[in-house]
Amino acid sequence: MFDNLSTKLDRAIKTLKGQGSISEINVAATIKEIRRALVDADVNYKVAKDVTDKIKDAAMGRDVLTAVSPGQLMVKIVYDELTELMGGEKKDITIKGDPAVILLSGLQGSGKTTFAGKLASYVKKQNRTVLLVACDVYRPAAIDQLKVLGEQIGVEVYSEVENKNPVEISRNAIEYAKKNNKKVVIIDTAGRLAVDEQMMREIEAVKAAINPSETLFVVDSMTGQDAVNTAKTFNQRLNFDGVVLTKLDGDSRGGAALSIRAVVEKPIKFISTGEKMDALDLFYPDRMAQRILGMGDVISLVERAQMQFDKDEAKRINAKIRKNQFNFDDFLSQLEQIKKMGNIKDLMGMIPGMSKAMKDVEIDDDAFKPVEAIIKSMTKQERANPDILNGSRKRRLAKGSGTDIQQVNALMKQFDDMRKMMRTMNKMSQTKGGMAQMQKMMGGMKGGPGGMMR
Amino acid sequence: MGLFDFFKKDKESTTQQASLDAGLEKTKANFFEQLSKAVVGKNTVDEAVLDDLEGLLVHADVGIETTVKVIDRIEARVARDKYVSTGELDRILREEIAALLEDNNSGSMAVLDSAGSSGQPYVIMVVGVNGVGKTTTIGKLAHRFHAAGKKVVLGAADTFRAAAVDQLIIWGERVGVPVVSHGMNTDPASVAYDAVRKGVELGADVVIIDTAGRLHNKVNLMNELSKIKRVMQKVIPDAPHEVLLVLDGSTGQNAFLQAKEFTKATEVTALAITKLDGTARGGVVIGISDQFSIPVRYIGVGEKMTDLQLFDRHTFVNSLFKK
Repeated sequence: MFDNLSTKLDRAIKTLKGQGSISEINVAATIKEIRRALVDADVNYKVAKDVTDKIKDAAMGRDVLTAVSPGQLMVKIVYDELTELMGGEKKDITIKGDPAVILLSGLQGSGKTTFAGKLASYVKKQNRTVLLVACDVYRPAAIDQLKVLGEQIGVEVYSEVENKNPVEISRNAIEYAKKNNKKVVIIDTAGRLAVDEQMMREIEAVKAAINPSETLFVVDSMTGQDAVNTAKTFNQRLNFDGVVLTKLDGDSRGGAALSIRAVVEKPIKFISTGEKMDALDLFYPDRMAQRILGMGDVISLVERAQMQFDKDEAKRINAKIRKNQFNFDDFLSQLEQIKKMGNIKDLMGMIPGMSKAMKDVEIDDDAFKPVEAIIKSMTKQERANPDILNGSRKRRLAKGSGTDIQQVNALMKQFDDMRKMMRTMNKMSQTKGGMAQMQKMMGGMKGGPGGMMR
Repeated sequence: MGLFDFFKKDKESTTQQASLDAGLEKTKANFFEQLSKAVVGKNTVDEAVLDDLEGLLVHADVGIETTVKVIDRIEARVARDKYVSTGELDRILREEIAALLEDNNSGSMAVLDSAGSSGQPYVIMVVGVNGVGKTTTIGKLAHRFHAAGKKVVLGAADTFRAAAVDQLIIWGERVGVPVVSHGMNTDPASVAYDAVRKGVELGADVVIIDTAGRLHNKVNLMNELSKIKRVMQKVIPDAPHEVLLVLDGSTGQNAFLQAKEFTKATEVTALAITKLDGTARGGVVIGISDQFSIPVRYIGVGEKMTDLQLFDRHTFVNSLFKK
């Protein structure tokens, strides 16, 4: 999308070439393109309009550099503007009072209950005693869901099965917390639509009754244009303190983040990135801006890799790379791990510059299949000592794997290149630790499938 | 006539139309308030009106591609007819939107009729991302089938999310239909297999399989869906007869990716769009109908057990354009 956008912009501001700076005339068409790109990322239409107006002002009079195309320059301006809009001071949640009370609110299916579990786990890790309170008295088994999560993370869950009054339940829960020395009370509420007057009154009443030190609005990052109205209404009724964006492990571009931020001016305090109880993260405006623009997101890529890579395995391979003993067994195990990370094309798309190159290439996950077949046709000895592979062995491999000798040779060459590259990188990076290690892995990976896909 | 008559009957009654009207109230209010704002003080459809119209459609989550398509069509009409008054815009829009829906939502009911009468249970597998309302939709569906005198079996194959099995069991009790479950953290494929087998044993008309919510970019989870599907085919070779993808009506452009990826893994045959009562975004129905050749079969317009409707484009467009 990023490359796409900058290509589009390049086309739109062709007139710019030969001119020294961006002016009113040559920027008009690009603004429309930018607006469409933002809307395509689920940024609210009106917000997108406001943002593009600001971008126009920011772009006006800027000198066109020779090093980058005008399109790229525009994208950079957009990126900076988005980052700034979503940025501002970083604020943690307020845990104050005895007990401190945190109230969760949001639409149905936004992920409140799952987030309640994650937040409880997060607070518990700060060595505070936590009580989860099940106030969703409507959805079948919602209380059970919270109980199961509570059990998983070792946090007590307060519920009253017969009581259908959330105000009473939350009041009683706070009394219970006081008696049982729980310092933080997290109240999960039923999902509700912003247009449901009765339900909105209910949560207002809950808030008034318990006076929470932190009220959070939980919202699905895949939400479309309506995010603005929902956030606005919840904010009017609850005056919440912060926003939680969920399901960011999906591939939505998350324009809702920008819309909400622009409309209610409340900070995004957490992002939720998976179904496991520790999949909770802080919000980084720059990464979100990259995501909205669909820019290659190296950080996410590295993180995704880290999430999937088996640490011990990575350590083992790293040691072998250092000793220059990287062999086909390791190569195969790397392939397995890469496959676990998801769709290859998506992964490639995250590497800056790659997405342009990959635009029209259709790669399916079967791209690795012949490689795997060849390696699996090798004997143990061959895998461990690739150097012994001679012509006759290679012919056998080709037969055994249903490929041909050219493919086997291509793999050999690629494998050699990889080893060479690893050696070089090894020399270059003296720094230890996860990051450097991952870069090596990535380097290996880039070389890996690349050759076979030609 | 067949399996879905009870839906049709309901729809004909004025209450159903009224509930759709009420459900889409926000969409309508927004749409027409803005449409009239867009054309105020103007006699003809010009560039500025079209620009506003673009904003309006986009704002209803119709999606850029479909919006541009609609705008282009209207532009072409304006060019052809030379003079199009803003008063006519309403009618033209209605025609264009109806046409978009028409392309993909015709003739799907006949398939269902024959499938139900083959003597074997009609198997519906329900899929979607997390939190779109799969289990609730299944509860509502079960209720409709049950109320129409159909024998229903539910399969609790969401064995992953905490208490999802309990949620379905409660729905089963409410509606009064049996639920096949193996408890949490069991193999979903084996639950699906047993549910279909149980359906055959009991001579059920319909078997509905719940699955765990999964984001469509998680390869392994998507593979699991394909497996669940394969395993069911050991009992009934052509099962599932329907793969129902549930989409949240408030989801934005990601809905298109969801439809694409789920179709890749399971060949989705029908869509259910939920939570249309709470949003100003009935528009997503239009966009999705335009972009995919999968019919929208159900829409959820409220929280009551009866708030699931068979999607009918005429009712929908009428509801959207009723002033």
